[in-house]
Amino acid sequence: MSQGNPAGPATGSVPSPAGAPPSEPIKAIKLRHPWRIVFAIVLILLAVWFIVDASQRSAYGWQYVGKYVFDKRISAAALVTLQLTIYSMVIGVILGLVLAVMRLSPNPVVKSVAWLYLWVFRGTPVYVQLVFWGLFSLIYPHIFLGVPWTNLGATFDLGFMQNAFIIAIVGLALNEAAYMAEIVRAGLLSVDTGQEEAATALGMSWWQTMTRIVIPQAMRVIIPPTGNEVISMLKTTSLVAAIPLTTDLYGVARDISAVTYTPIPLLIVASLWYLLFTSILMVGQYFLEKRFSRGVNMRRPENREPALATGALPAAGAPDGNDLGGKG
Amino acid sequence: MSDSPSYDSTAKAGVTPMVLAEGVSKSFGSNEVLKSISLSVKPGEVLCIIGPSGSGKSTFLRCINHLERVDAGRLSVDGQVVGYRQHGDKLYELKPKEASRQRREIGMVFQRFNLFPHMTALENIVEAPIRVKGIPKARAVERANELLARVGLADKGDHYPSQLSGGQQQRVAIARALAMDPKLMLFDEPTSALDPELVGEVLDVMKGLAASGMTMVVVTHEMGFAREVADELVFMDGGVVVEAGDPREVLANPQHQRTKTFLSKVL
Repeated sequence: MSQGNPAGPATGSVPSPAGAPPSEPIKAIKLRHPWRIVFAIVLILLAVWFIVDASQRSAYGWQYVGKYVFDKRISAAALVTLQLTIYSMVIGVILGLVLAVMRLSPNPVVKSVAWLYLWVFRGTPVYVQLVFWGLFSLIYPHIFLGVPWTNLGATFDLGFMQNAFIIAIVGLALNEAAYMAEIVRAGLLSVDTGQEEAATALGMSWWQTMTRIVIPQAMRVIIPPTGNEVISMLKTTSLVAAIPLTTDLYGVARDISAVTYTPIPLLIVASLWYLLFTSILMVGQYFLEKRFSRGVNMRRPENREPALATGALPAAGAPDGNDLGGKG
Repeated sequence: MSDSPSYDSTAKAGVTPMVLAEGVSKSFGSNEVLKSISLSVKPGEVLCIIGPSGSGKSTFLRCINHLERVDAGRLSVDGQVVGYRQHGDKLYELKPKEASRQRREIGMVFQRFNLFPHMTALENIVEAPIRVKGIPKARAVERANELLARVGLADKGDHYPSQLSGGQQQRVAIARALAMDPKLMLFDEPTSALDPELVGEVLDVMKGLAASGMTMVVVTHEMGFAREVADELVFMDGGVVVEAGDPREVLANPQHQRTKTFLSKVL
């Protein structure tokens, strides 16, 4: 970047750092922050006090924590929690994407349907929704598709809606879709309309424009809140007790403690597993965010004002040259 | 429309014009931006459109590749009606697929470059040839490198747009449009978002393009470029063509008061 482009029309002279007046590095006494150190010491002392105290309290039942944290029933339940999270999230994201596109559609009918969906599913608590889905098969044991008031058509058995695991996924996914729709919509709207125009002018179809140009750029805006949603979903799965489904992490921990009368250590066990999963998710989110910020913030925001663009000129870019060194 | 007889008469005149506008009108709501614009551009010609902002010149340009729909009149590119299929004297609206087939023969360069920021310069250029035209990747890359060299950016293929100066970005954008082998290039104020010292490098590329025989319609504020390169100059104001003619004559000796007023402010 700093050596200009030999083939291109010359627009500026090569920078001459040698011509600048000799400059000495500043040797100054660093600003001290004594209160930070004091505050840190106080916090550490409080933490040590809490840990020492907790280790001596019998109510925590640390021996039970150790005994149950790697219990087969607990790890199997953790797997169920993971499955619930992944399945409902995948369905939620796909349905959310569809709803987002529907909300941005110029068709008023499609738009209203999406709005109604969001109104219902964001306007009621997820716990209430889960209880409702648990009772769904009482309302609709089977459905009839065909011409009303005649025998023309077919009856579909909805017996699968008595399977608590499926109910849990349906309930969580439908609720999640409403939130994902808003996240996706914000992402799609964040992409400059010039991008869509440029792609259209190149003869790209709507589908190509969306998948190759708009969505990859929208991902930068969509990924961080979606990561939050995954983490949130992992924890929301504990509400499936409302259906009731009790094979998830929290449900099994509660079942065991009901037998052993040790609720506190089993709460700690469940929390440790939840923390393990959310920590892994946070690491994954970090790498995803890095992947989708390609070409942005490598030097400065790309929608800078033209007046600032001189900084990117070969002639003036020498001091920044190091920033680009890594990019080859 | 009732304009179709005149459309036929021009076709008889010999060479099919690359761009032919007859009574083109366009409104946004109650705001009439284009009022019966008529002009033609022959193959290999460079037409420069000047005029104050809000005069409709950019809208007209966007109509040429159907980014905006024309309300009245007839606009055709290389003998084909833009955005419609003609059967007898009836017009049928094109399907999105057919419209995009029309667009890929028309290159467009935007004021704000509109490069894809998540792709390198090279990826920006090969995207449409590979996805839209189905050209094998190796050949598209080879061609893209040729084009990058042509706009003086042979060593910048692996740079992201945010790592390039405005002038460099605009030259990549020109290369991207050229990669589709268009028969017509549209420039929408290509140097207006640039720093003054970067304008020259973009204009140089455009001059080279004009010299190579490309048909170009350029909306610009660069009177020097218009005088030097354009075969025809059109001055638009308030949605109408006020004056048109040889650029040297129009710039030196404008006939209309509105043209005189505008030129006295910008020259």
